[in-house]
Amino acid sequence: MENNVEVKTAKLTAKDFASDQEVRWCPGCGDYSILAQVQRTFPEIIDVPKEDVVWISGIGCSSRFPYYMDTYGFHGIHGRAPILATGVKLANPKLSVWVATGDGDLLSIGGNHFIHACRKNIDLKLLLFNNKIYGLTKGQYSPTSEKGKVTKTSPFGSVDYPFNPTMLATGSEATFVARSIDRHTKHLQDMIKRVGQHKGTAFLEIYQNCNIFNDGAFASLTEKETKDESVLILEQGKPMVFGKDGCKGIKLDGFTPRVVDLTSGQYSVNDLWIHDEFEESPVRSAILSTFTETPGLPTPIGVFRQVFKPTYDQGLVAQIEDVKAKKGLGDLEKVLFGGNTWEVN
Amino acid sequence: MAKEKDVQQLSEVTVRFAGDSGDGMQLTGSQFSDTTAFVGNDLNTLPDYPAEIRAPAGTIYGVSGFQLHFSSEDIHTPGDQPDVLVAMNPAALKKNLSELKKNGILIVNKDAFDVKNLKLANYATNPLEDGTLEGYTIFSVPISSLTENALEGTSLSVKEVARCKNFFALGLMYWLYNRPIENTVEWIEDKFKKKPEFVDANTKALHAGYNFGDVTEAFTTRYSVEPAKLQKGTYRNISGNEATAFGFLAASVRSGLPLYLGSYPITPATEILQYLSNFKNFGVKTFQAEDEIAGVVSAIGAAFAGNLAITTTSGPGLALKTEAIGLAVMTELPLVIINVQRGGPSTGLPTKTEQADLLQAVQGRNGESPVVVLAAKTPIDCFYMAIEASRIAIKYMTPVILLTDGYIANGTEPWRIPSVDSLPKIDVKFRKEKEGFYPYLRDENLARPWAIPGTPDLEHRIGGLEKADIYGTVNYEPDNHHKMINLRAQKIKNIENDIPLLEVDGEQKGDLLVLGWGGTYGAIKEAVLKARGLGIKVSQAHLQYVNPFPKNTGEVLKNFKHVLVPEINLGQLAKLLRSEYLIDIKQFNVVRGLPFRVSDILEKIQETLGGKNGK
Ligand SMILES: Cc1ncc(C[n+]2csc(CCOP(=O)(O)OP(=O)(O)O)c2C)c(N)n1
Ligand code: SF4
Ligand SMILES: [Mg+2]
Repeated sequence: MENNVEVKTAKLTAKDFASDQEVRWCPGCGDYSILAQVQRTFPEIIDVPKEDVVWISGIGCSSRFPYYMDTYGFHGIHGRAPILATGVKLANPKLSVWVATGDGDLLSIGGNHFIHACRKNIDLKLLLFNNKIYGLTKGQYSPTSEKGKVTKTSPFGSVDYPFNPTMLATGSEATFVARSIDRHTKHLQDMIKRVGQHKGTAFLEIYQNCNIFNDGAFASLTEKETKDESVLILEQGKPMVFGKDGCKGIKLDGFTPRVVDLTSGQYSVNDLWIHDEFEESPVRSAILSTFTETPGLPTPIGVFRQVFKPTYDQGLVAQIEDVKAKKGLGDLEKVLFGGNTWEVN
Repeated sequence: MAKEKDVQQLSEVTVRFAGDSGDGMQLTGSQFSDTTAFVGNDLNTLPDYPAEIRAPAGTIYGVSGFQLHFSSEDIHTPGDQPDVLVAMNPAALKKNLSELKKNGILIVNKDAFDVKNLKLANYATNPLEDGTLEGYTIFSVPISSLTENALEGTSLSVKEVARCKNFFALGLMYWLYNRPIENTVEWIEDKFKKKPEFVDANTKALHAGYNFGDVTEAFTTRYSVEPAKLQKGTYRNISGNEATAFGFLAASVRSGLPLYLGSYPITPATEILQYLSNFKNFGVKTFQAEDEIAGVVSAIGAAFAGNLAITTTSGPGLALKTEAIGLAVMTELPLVIINVQRGGPSTGLPTKTEQADLLQAVQGRNGESPVVVLAAKTPIDCFYMAIEASRIAIKYMTPVILLTDGYIANGTEPWRIPSVDSLPKIDVKFRKEKEGFYPYLRDENLARPWAIPGTPDLEHRIGGLEKADIYGTVNYEPDNHHKMINLRAQKIKNIENDIPLLEVDGEQKGDLLVLGWGGTYGAIKEAVLKARGLGIKVSQAHLQYVNPFPKNTGEVLKNFKHVLVPEINLGQLAKLLRSEYLIDIKQFNVVRGLPFRVSDILEKIQETLGGKNGK
């Protein structure tokens, strides 16, 4: 049986994960790339039979995702994907449960479910398609839009401060926090693999270009001329180096990250912050999260943090087994006739 | 030795225990109930908790009450007005006196009527001395000091001794109503297993109360209520909430499906979550969610994955679950939503009962969103309706809302425990075959297949967008939408062929039918019996199925000149019946946060028949 399963999964290809539904995103939308990278990596990372994979989503352009995957799928209601996924996972813990969600879906209407899924460490893989806009409803500012954003509902600029998704995930104690970008396909594949391997709430923020309502939101991170200067690729155990030919680095002064020039001779890689994604403390993951809000600092992509602790679903199953062992298997007759009873003859 | 006392036979008695929240009245009441059940009376109880958890001692809003009605006959309510009131302090007296029957027996703890407590209860003068209590049979007993005397030499603190006084009162009541004290002694021994000094003190207080009745001149008469003629069997007392929990446990066992409960605590539904949390050894998964939306949505996920999925709540929580219930309608998944109704709107009266969520349950969703709505009529009925709700949800792949209410949820009655084998079996058919599988291809009941993740080759996608008939893919075509709207409605309507007909108790045709639904059954039943006792011709019918209605409902209604519908709302069932059957309905609506008084319904019956008593 076990062997059968392995043989079966080993043979799968990207095509096996593509459903027969016509993909309906706008031409040029970043969602296409995310779908392609997921389908490409899945044969490699899915270590359960294909029928044990479930995709769950909320509402939004991004939430159309499950329709395009030839797995079990559930397109839920706005904001509720993490908790819908939780129910699926708890009902059958052997399933591999994936969530596709948007910045409005996960961080506005669904914020509560997001933080509680992280807190409980439910074994879910959350892929946030962050386009910093409400796509499906045609271009209103979202909880990740930058302050001052001019949209249809903020013609004079939004007054809101945005959420910082990796900060929120870190603060909610997600056990895996990472970021990637739709156009960095190889990197995105790597991150999807890492998500697939993680047990517990795995959060991957993917910067996704909405070419219709927020085109170019991440241009500086994807365009050839600027991306070296503006993207910092996090690598485990490596010093934080970025810029053309690795000319710059990040040095941590106390809690303050600073960009240093590695060409002037004043600093060398030995002075740099060495990235350790496995650090128990969430502090450095939080500091990394602040980069995007600090002028002059590059945008980190990669794994911010991965820690290991038992998942909620494991805990639930273990408790059930434990109580069964202690009390014996449930006997309905005993329950009904238990308590204070008396006979009428 | 005291002289022999008279024993007077009674057929029924209603007792109310009232005291400070800290006086242990719920415990006293439930002990009295258990013993009363044990001696074979039929009974019905109703606790009345204050909304505040720890209200300041001695205040009126901190008064906690417990009423029970027991009889040598079949009874259906906890009684309108108590025959006996036990008031442990002035506040308890103030709050409850107006409901005590004229000439009723009043037992008060005289020691508690000090200046401070009188003031807290807003008494300018001591009611024990100023004539307020004229017309009642008063026993003014120094319960606190007698308890102290009985416990002289104990190692307990003064406070702990004071806490034993409810057992003194209980002992006295046992004496007065001729009940054995052994049950309670056993209970005390078990409860305080690890604290022998508490066993000793409480038992002593209990005996002291009992003996006090025996030796005191003031008590000249004892009362006795013969056992009721109950069906042979093993019995236990059960509340509606406990019965609901047991019902779903039974549904899980009888369907072979693991039970999943997603819920968020809310009065008066919380207990169901608490009870079910104990049954981990049945594989029951209880998930205390971050909010009510999470409770129901996680249950929908669990239903998709093949569990018997339920969510429990009360009115405000049902409002939050609204959108998600629509998702379950669209995805056609089995789901049971339990709404233990409480006083509304908004936060309303959390600890009080009401029936005002009926229209919310039947219609309160966006779009044409039909769901099955069931209503349990008694505490025991909660058990059977929980099983029935599960059966319908699974067989028809539909959400089912089960309505109970604060009154039957907290009220108790003796239950003849059924054998597990006698309970209905619930068939579950998970789709396995690939051949001919379409997610929205319907069976003879118009139910779609339940194909759960983990089943090879049946990978498919569902969701809240309109589905193509048969194929289940997203579909925006006008004709398809029209067809699906009708199919979903028809599926629910057809369930009328699979539920019991509406039974009429009494004449099948006549001048007056009293028709109720849900938790008002007992009060209506007693009122109808009383009316018949007065020679009035009146029939009764009671709805446990509100959507769809039993098939013969229209016919039944047309057989009566008048249809009287008592409801604890402003006429919600009446509205549904009128629109469905185009007939005149006489409403009777009292929305006081309390169950109906039998006497009020009786009066309304007489009034409806023009005061002619139908003769
Ligand atoms: C309860 C509810 N409120 C509002 C909407 C409307 N709505 C649909 S998607 C959406 C926001 C989508 O934005 P996002 O989550 O960022 O997804 P994107 O389309 O950008 O991928 C909104 C407001 C809805 N479908 N349901
Ligand atoms: S609106 Fe934006 S996010 Fe939505 S499909 Fe079009 S490009 Fe993609
Ligand atoms: Mg968006």
